[in-house]
Amino acid sequence: MADTLPPTDRSCDISQPLERLSPDEALKAGSEYLRGTIALGLLDRITSAVPGDDIKLMKFHGIYQQDDRDVRDERRRQKLEPAFQFMIRVRLPGGICTTERWLKISELACAHGNETLRMTTRQTFQFHWVLKHNIVPVIRGLHEVLLDTVAACGDDSRGVMATVNPQFPALQAELAALAKTVSDHVIPKTRGYHEIWYGEERIASSEPEEPFYGRTYMPRKFKIGFVIPPNNDIDIYAQDLGYIAIAGKDGKIAGFNIAIGGGMGRTDKVPHTYPRTASVIGFITPDRLISVTEAVMGVQRDYGNRADRSRARFKYTIDDKGLDWIKLAIEDRAGLLEPARPYHFTSNADIYGWVESDDGYHHFTLFVENGRLNRDTLDKIARIAHVHKGHFRLTPNQNLMIANVATADKPKIDALLVGSGLIAFNEHSVLRLNSMACVAFPTCGLAMADSERYLPTLITKIEGILTRYNLQDEPITLRMTGCPNGCSRPFIAEIGLTGRAPGKYNLYLGGGFHGQRLNRLYRENIGEAAILEALDEVLRHYATERLPDEHFGDFTIRAGIIREVTEGRFSND
Amino acid sequence: MTVSQFSGAALTAEQWRLVEALSSSLTPEHAYWISGYFAGIGSALLHKGTTAAQSPDTRISTAVVQAEPVAARSLTILHISETGNSTELAIRLAALAIEQGLNPTLVDIADYKVRKLKEEQDLLIITSTHGEGDPPQSGMEFFELIESRKAPALPELRYAILALGDMSYEHFCGAGKRLDERFEELGAKRLQPRIDCDVDYEELAAAWSSNILALLTAEKRAATSSAASQLETTGSTQQADNSAYGKRNPFPATVIDNIVLSGRGSTRETHHIEISLADSALTYEPGDALGIVANNDPVMVEALLTTLDMNPGTSLTVKGQVTTLFEALSKLFEITTATLRFLDHWGELTGTTDIFTAMDNVERAAFLHEHHIIDIIRAFPLKGLDPQRFIDGLRPLQPRLYSISSSLAICPDEAHITVAPVRYKLHGEIRSGVASSHLADRANADSILPVYIQSNPYFRLPPNGEPIIMIGAGTGVAPYRAFMQEREANGGGRSWLFFGERNFRVDFLYQTEWQDWLKNSILTKMDVAFSRDNAEKTYVQHRIHEHAHDVYAWLEEGAHIYICGDALRLAPDVHNTLVTVIEEQASVQREEAEEYLRNLQRDGRYQRDVY
Repeated sequence: MADTLPPTDRSCDISQPLERLSPDEALKAGSEYLRGTIALGLLDRITSAVPGDDIKLMKFHGIYQQDDRDVRDERRRQKLEPAFQFMIRVRLPGGICTTERWLKISELACAHGNETLRMTTRQTFQFHWVLKHNIVPVIRGLHEVLLDTVAACGDDSRGVMATVNPQFPALQAELAALAKTVSDHVIPKTRGYHEIWYGEERIASSEPEEPFYGRTYMPRKFKIGFVIPPNNDIDIYAQDLGYIAIAGKDGKIAGFNIAIGGGMGRTDKVPHTYPRTASVIGFITPDRLISVTEAVMGVQRDYGNRADRSRARFKYTIDDKGLDWIKLAIEDRAGLLEPARPYHFTSNADIYGWVESDDGYHHFTLFVENGRLNRDTLDKIARIAHVHKGHFRLTPNQNLMIANVATADKPKIDALLVGSGLIAFNEHSVLRLNSMACVAFPTCGLAMADSERYLPTLITKIEGILTRYNLQDEPITLRMTGCPNGCSRPFIAEIGLTGRAPGKYNLYLGGGFHGQRLNRLYRENIGEAAILEALDEVLRHYATERLPDEHFGDFTIRAGIIREVTEGRFSND
Repeated sequence: MTVSQFSGAALTAEQWRLVEALSSSLTPEHAYWISGYFAGIGSALLHKGTTAAQSPDTRISTAVVQAEPVAARSLTILHISETGNSTELAIRLAALAIEQGLNPTLVDIADYKVRKLKEEQDLLIITSTHGEGDPPQSGMEFFELIESRKAPALPELRYAILALGDMSYEHFCGAGKRLDERFEELGAKRLQPRIDCDVDYEELAAAWSSNILALLTAEKRAATSSAASQLETTGSTQQADNSAYGKRNPFPATVIDNIVLSGRGSTRETHHIEISLADSALTYEPGDALGIVANNDPVMVEALLTTLDMNPGTSLTVKGQVTTLFEALSKLFEITTATLRFLDHWGELTGTTDIFTAMDNVERAAFLHEHHIIDIIRAFPLKGLDPQRFIDGLRPLQPRLYSISSSLAICPDEAHITVAPVRYKLHGEIRSGVASSHLADRANADSILPVYIQSNPYFRLPPNGEPIIMIGAGTGVAPYRAFMQEREANGGGRSWLFFGERNFRVDFLYQTEWQDWLKNSILTKMDVAFSRDNAEKTYVQHRIHEHAHDVYAWLEEGAHIYICGDALRLAPDVHNTLVTVIEEQASVQREEAEEYLRNLQRDGRYQRDVY
């Protein structure tokens, strides 16, 4: 079938010698399958950092070197190196967490993570503030409950997402299991992780260490997710590879529509970078899931741009080669795809409070502002974990679901929620409940402005505007990031804010309510007063001129306030 | 080149004779020290628009020029120094002795061959005291022998001892007292009674020196029946010393910067202070200390005046100078730590002497430890006291020494110091060390700080770039920064730093500088121990022991080893660890390992700056 694939430009892909590609490719190739000098760097007591190349390699192990940016300048004057510490991201496919694992993670966060824990937009945990000498204890602690951090970052398949929607409990359970299977299948297989973190001996073997990835792994990160319509909680259009479950008449999964090429990141003032919503290219039956996943990732591995990292995501490969060519290349490897089946999304938000599923179980979704769990909250949730017989689910909106509570156990959980005061977490405005912020300052190295620390106060001010126009009950998605890389998926929010400099943000409008449409830059590099002024103006129009049930994002386009983005590559026009 | 070949300075014949006589008695360190000393005098005189030749004080009677030194009893001046005060006094004494026609041999205890003791005839000893009435480290071996049964009988010996100490310690002048007793036991005769000096030793020491020299020169005159006239000297060194910036005439330096090195959340408050020496002509070597003439905290002065109910403006005369009570308490007198003398004085004034005399020495020491001057005054109040009477019980405020943490090679015209203020709670109030709190709290950028250089010839980089092992904790790392700056500018061999503090994140003093020196291979190796990062406390000696093999290998390869920092714990712990390292690595008995270290010390390869 290879003959049927039209020729394509291969000047920037894996077929080229390393010296023609980005330096990161040579780094990966020379890293002995991600080992580098990580083990040595951990022993260096003169610095709390690791050597430059190891910083990049450790990402593949789920570990980011960061520093406390609040004190960076102060410490420079004090002749102290930056307050380096590490963020460790757990691999938690589908966001499913047993109570045993919850308690272990909570304990590790209190012991080594500065008594704080972050639930992320990709349904996992992040430890922050972990000092170099505490990385091994954290990773070994996770290993005790059979968790790892492999490929939670790096140029590889990142944590695989799956809907937490309890509306279809059997489908959800099946999807969560598939997410785990796919994740286990596509993570790096190097034994370096075991050697560095568990202290295992290196075993000589004639088998290839990375049968799928090879020495240079993916051109960049690769994100996979599973969803069940109509709730698009995982933001399927933001995934490199999304599987939209299609239920059969028997109520079981008949197969999946395949969506490819979603991605959020862009770089300010670099027009050839842009967010892109995924394109649906066909349908497959469940038995083809692994082979299609390998085919899609294989196409990106082999044809993705390895010369220019700002163009290395799958979305650019698709736009550079053309969607039709990419589909051909996938079919060339995995066989023909069936035509996509109809589906329909209504929302990408969580449903808060108690929900009963048709299997008789109850599920409580707790709003956790920006996913941040402090010591007090961790202690309260731990008390629930000690009695809870079901499991926890981390939602893609950074919230927490106490899942699978039997009717008989519901009063006990309820009493703990009420008694601890956790229940009050859900007593917020609709706007706040539909908001998300990334971490940003002080720990994230990419941040240009505050996000998690600032969004709560900004929301309070926007709430005032909404109340003035009697819009306080209207769900509007609002997402903020501290930089344009898009961790909280701001480019598909109805109101998006991305940091440019301390106190300054780009304001985006016009995103789709359930994540189906990108927004567009409305005001650039503005401070709080200008943000509030702009929103006041637009919301005033919305209050008086909107159609019945018309979402805010749709209104801004219809009213001509912002021009619709039909495709990512046109979003900078 | 010998001294006499050098004729460019147009000295008189007598001046040459003095210089030659002095130089023949000098060790290399002393010669070096004196070169700096005279350089300082020279620049100060130039500064004043005068020259040594024009100074009437240095005119010397020609009558002595022809006088040959007469063979008489031998005279040895031995100094046992910790911070250099004893050495400085000994050098001055030797210079005076030479001026007066005597022929002294000046010896540092570290270089003294104990077996020579039997041959000594007249021996003048200047010793300071360390710790619990012990001699400084350099004198340990001498004391061990002299106090052992192996000590020789000394019936021929005549001696005099000048003891330096600090009255606020229980074992005041302990080393001098021990030596004095022991010499007596061994049959030696006192030339004159021992003098015990408190921190304000200058006047007593000068009197002791001139008395003893008067005695010896009179003897010599009688012996030779020579009527050589007395030198027309009025203490020329003293005079010259005053005209240079020095301890008695500190340079009013400008503070350039004052940075807290301790990061946020530290249990420490360590300051890095940069001081300008511009236009002072002051110079120093890495290893030297900066003397700081600090003021008392104005808040403490006010508190004292309030407690005593005295008027700050009261006029007073202190050493012939008219001043106000406030000024005197701020700048001239020690007003925090009480001494035994003050206790006696206050006991007499308030009629409470009985209370203090009822205490034994240990109780009195404990009482002084827990009661500052203001606490004693509050406990035994007295109204209507004449301020002059109060002042009489106080001792002069002494300058404090800080190891310089910079090198002129990298920081011309600057001296940096590293200061951790002493703060503690006493009777519900925060009390602070005089100089350290002045430096931490009031030595802001652009403020004026009176300073001088205190040479420390016993803490020096090796002469030919030999490898160095530097061991320090806390502010003890200061001189090593000076060493590294010096080697950065002028090169040198391998270097290895052991550094200890409490917490890695916030207490790693000068962290980025060490990292840079490591990167540039100016610093070869560095090992750190942070005692509060883990449940198990790790100190520098643990790291030294972990690296025993390499430490011993470096020593065998000629490395010089340095210890700087806390005298009570760090220095003995590290010393013992070094003995263990040698014991294990050389497979020798402990005594031999100790001998190994003693030899290093004798060779100037094991140097300590502890406080």
